[in-house]
Amino acid sequence: MSVVRIRNLTRRFTQKGVLDGVDLDIARGEFVALLGRSGSGKSTLLRALAGLDHEANGAGEIVVPDRLSVVFQDARLLPWKRVLDNVVLGLDGKDSRDRGREALAEVELTGRERSWPYELSGGEQQRVALARSLVRRPELLLADEPFGALDALTRIRMHVLLRRLSAAHNPAVLLVTHDVDEAIELADRVVVLDAGRIVADIRVALPTDTAARRDRFATLQHDLLALLGVETDGITQYSTRQRMSA
Amino acid sequence: MNAPFPHAAMTAAYLGTVASVSTFKLDAVDDIAAAARDRRERTRRLGLDTPLAWGWLLGPLLLLLYWSVFSITGFLDTRILPAPWTALTAGIELVRDGRLQANLAVSAWRAAQGLAFGTVVGVVLALVSGLSLLGGYVIDGLVQLKRGIPVLALIPFMILWFGVGEAMKVTVIAVTVFAPIYIHTHSALRAIDLKQVELAETLGLRRSTFIRHVVLPGALPGMLLGLRFGVTAAWLALVVVEQLNATSGIGYMITLARNYAQTDVMLVGLVVYAILGLGSDAVVRVIQRRALTWRRTLGA
Repeated sequence: MSVVRIRNLTRRFTQKGVLDGVDLDIARGEFVALLGRSGSGKSTLLRALAGLDHEANGAGEIVVPDRLSVVFQDARLLPWKRVLDNVVLGLDGKDSRDRGREALAEVELTGRERSWPYELSGGEQQRVALARSLVRRPELLLADEPFGALDALTRIRMHVLLRRLSAAHNPAVLLVTHDVDEAIELADRVVVLDAGRIVADIRVALPTDTAARRDRFATLQHDLLALLGVETDGITQYSTRQRMSA
Repeated sequence: MNAPFPHAAMTAAYLGTVASVSTFKLDAVDDIAAAARDRRERTRRLGLDTPLAWGWLLGPLLLLLYWSVFSITGFLDTRILPAPWTALTAGIELVRDGRLQANLAVSAWRAAQGLAFGTVVGVVLALVSGLSLLGGYVIDGLVQLKRGIPVLALIPFMILWFGVGEAMKVTVIAVTVFAPIYIHTHSALRAIDLKQVELAETLGLRRSTFIRHVVLPGALPGMLLGLRFGVTAAWLALVVVEQLNATSGIGYMITLARNYAQTDVMLVGLVVYAILGLGSDAVVRVIQRRALTWRRTLGA
């Protein structure tokens, strides 16, 4: 059963970003990575799903769940609110602050509830943003290059965290990224967008056996890079990141 | 020579090397640390040091110093400007017979009322015109029109509409105060980052929550800047209304003194106005600092 249903979605802007007849389904609890070069329309698609494209011209059908959260590339914490207040912003109910504390504990930020956003590192801010999304118990989590601004080590930690959290809460996830390794590592399925059209839809299915996993990873990496217009020499480097987290 | 522990000598030698290597390393580390210190010293600091708590008083105190020196040396004719201590003794005299406090209380109450009404009106109008296009079309131009009309020119009509009593005085002050508050709140509000608006949309915030948690705190720095202008404007408007039509207040005290050529009393009035202006600005600045602890800027 799918929680996201997109049919023949078209978007045109006066300036940039075009979608040209996109069809996409995402199943309940499925983790989909959306890959594409810059200008391929991946952010446009995410913004359409989030309902943020008020000015867009276009047609098509979008069905998304009501409980939908977005994580942006920048953490977008309100600088005038302390961490916990940022997490529970807009939540009703007496237990909302307790839920906020639980969410902060899940992203390992217990004790930082009263901090101001500027006191946190980039990775910590992004973890707060993640807590702010999760506390709303989303059926669909949209993430627009959420780790793009983080350093490599922090990014690995965030990958592990995101994998754990999505396993625990099981929302459908659409992760927009231009990082092939990140897509393969995290997603069940990788969708490649090029010039506003979906040009590939690949099931990742990494085997558990280390050697087989390495082969599958390399094949996927090669194929996806080729789809993105990057030619490799066929014996692609098994990424440092993969080695470190394996 | 029989060496029972040939390894020991070797180990010792080896350790010696290690020791020398590690000494060398330590030296290198020291060098690097020294270089780092050096580098720090050479980095020019462009930001500001932590400000002194009462640093802002320096300017006014210097003014007082010049004034005193010029008065003592006779450089400043007392018929042109009486000495500071003349103002002080005149002030003490006025306090003793109760005129200063009574007039000050009346003036302060007028200013406070005008400031309160003006602030509320300014903020509300800024919200309406900042958050809705239609509101902007209607209100913004009107405020600019009003800004072009001097308070003095407005007063005859104010008297026609509101009489010569307190209502007129408070209204004139409020009308003067609301403009800077409106302008600064409005521009701060329109400058709120679209990213934060998008965030509010994705969180599904209601409009009231959006205004309370995103718009108002976001516009607060501008609002407080407007308030600083507004507070000063309130005292200025007060002078105008009290010198035209009043039987009480500091302005009235000055006008009366002028009629009797009491320069010392007039001077006390001026000093009181100045202190009120400085003091109320300091109060707003304290509010600014308290309310904006979340900011990291050059000044904070």
